[in-house]
Amino acid sequence: MSNDVKNNSNLRSNFRTVMLRPDLGAIVGVILVFLFFFLVARDTGMFSLEGSMNWGIVSSQFIIIAVGACLLMIAGEFDLSVGSMIGFAGIVIAVTSVVWGWPVWLSIISAFAISMAIGALIGYITISTNLPSFIVSLAFLYILRGLTIFIAIISTKKTIIGGVTEVAQDDWLAPIFGGEIFTGVFQWLAEQGIIQTFVAGTKAGQPVVSGIPMMMVWALGLIVFAHFLLTKTRFGNWIYASGGDAQAAKHIGVPVNRVKILMFVFTAFCATVFATTQVMEFGSASADRGVLKEFEAIISVVIGGALLTGGYGSVIGAALGAVIFGVVQQGLFFIGVESSLFRVFLGVLLLLAVILNTHVRKLITGAK
Amino acid sequence: MSSSPLMELKDIHKSFGNVDALKGVSISIKAGECHCLLGDNGAGKSTFIKIMSGVHQPTKGKININGKEIEINNPREAIDVGIATVYQDLALIPLMSVSRNFWLGRELTKKVGPVTLMDFEKCDSILMSEMDKIGIKLRDPGQSIGTLSGGERQTVAIARAVFFGAKILILDEPTSALGVYQTSNVLKTIERVREKGVAVVFISHNVSHALAVGDKFTVLSRGETLGTAKAGEIDFQELQLLMSGNKELSELKK
Repeated sequence: MSNDVKNNSNLRSNFRTVMLRPDLGAIVGVILVFLFFFLVARDTGMFSLEGSMNWGIVSSQFIIIAVGACLLMIAGEFDLSVGSMIGFAGIVIAVTSVVWGWPVWLSIISAFAISMAIGALIGYITISTNLPSFIVSLAFLYILRGLTIFIAIISTKKTIIGGVTEVAQDDWLAPIFGGEIFTGVFQWLAEQGIIQTFVAGTKAGQPVVSGIPMMMVWALGLIVFAHFLLTKTRFGNWIYASGGDAQAAKHIGVPVNRVKILMFVFTAFCATVFATTQVMEFGSASADRGVLKEFEAIISVVIGGALLTGGYGSVIGAALGAVIFGVVQQGLFFIGVESSLFRVFLGVLLLLAVILNTHVRKLITGAK
Repeated sequence: MSSSPLMELKDIHKSFGNVDALKGVSISIKAGECHCLLGDNGAGKSTFIKIMSGVHQPTKGKININGKEIEINNPREAIDVGIATVYQDLALIPLMSVSRNFWLGRELTKKVGPVTLMDFEKCDSILMSEMDKIGIKLRDPGQSIGTLSGGERQTVAIARAVFFGAKILILDEPTSALGVYQTSNVLKTIERVREKGVAVVFISHNVSHALAVGDKFTVLSRGETLGTAKAGEIDFQELQLLMSGNKELSELKK
């Protein structure tokens, strides 16, 4: 009898533990989304190697910025300047390399340095003025976008700067962002007839998928790094604490300000990774790139189970949120649904996620 | 009980702009003693403990630890000299697990190859045995602080401070938001901590809670000390009278 009771309460406590996983909603969401598209879009080629690569790349893009936004949100802050930062970093790379003739590696490193310094500045202003980061980063959304267009116009009289591919040809750093890995494997698979090859055009004979793009490698690398940092290190403990209750954390000696500023820097780093991979992929930078990306990042994080109020969330959840994003966006394209409906779907999903998260928070904190 | 005080604060003044929050407060704290700091809202209790714990710096006055004058410039320095503060509602972070809370800021780490990781196994096992000692039954070390009762949270916070070597434990209204049963648990914990030789500074405006555990009572009023009395020298009525500024509650009703 008492054993039964104990088993029962163990079962209930296990059930509770599972229910309280921040990423549970995203896991269920991913399963549902895949199930749905597998049923309706199986015949469209969405799940062929080429099709998978398509939504895989889009998902990776969302992941790169969602990971940064995730750690920052858990640390209790927002960065609405991510999209503008993407445009800005891209233009910095293009202007310095194409217009000023810097070596591409130096352009890329400079873009990272400048972006991360701006990230630190946003963090510093937020901390020292005690204003909500929402407002401070909103200011930078405009400041950076304006600067980006200004820099592009005064240096080239255009808002799109091309020619990066040519100057990046023999660069050692550019392939880290724009290249592919395992190309040999894919070539071999094509020769074995396992993957299809192009039948016509300049690429005839080459495999339809020539390798794993670095963008995916970056996405995976960032997930592993951030998840590890958050859940396994003492710094991760400080991230949770800074967002959970900054005042309490400060009283106990956690360097809350440093943690928060570093998370703004990390978010800027992720935005610059995104910008650099895009510049290398397209061979150009455009001043309007990255518009609305900050919101897409935040939505991914929220779908991933993080609380908007900070202190709680999961990198894996955010990454799965980004995958839901990528699969649905591309999936609608595969099944030929009007793409504007994607935004309707997102809005509804966001609302559901926030309602669910609020409920979960009540369960954890024991609030009625 | 050693006769020389562990910590002395002499003639502490603190002004915020034109507002004088403290106008000369002095107390001396001995090891193994529970010193109650009583006072009505606005008497300057919070400002005073924030000076003790390094959150604020005094405008004027001296702080001695073991007879040596020191300055406490931030909470970290206070912790380094053995002063730990358990705040009424800022003690722990509800969304985080008991284990993560307990070790926050002093995480045990281990080296795995080139990286330093938190040693969760060690953290959790020490936590469980510490919780057992103070009578808190945890389902698992990963359960969130939010699932504990208010009294349990205070107890965890006190246990943590003592575990990390607090010599002087400042408790800010630990019982003000608690029910009778939980209050008695927290008071028992204070008793246990005191027996270990830790000096406890117990801030309260509840005279009966203070009388239950206090060895000495200092009453603050409008930023000044009205005096210090030993247990047995003063009774409920007199303390209540001092706190209310020499006006009995029954009198105020008129």
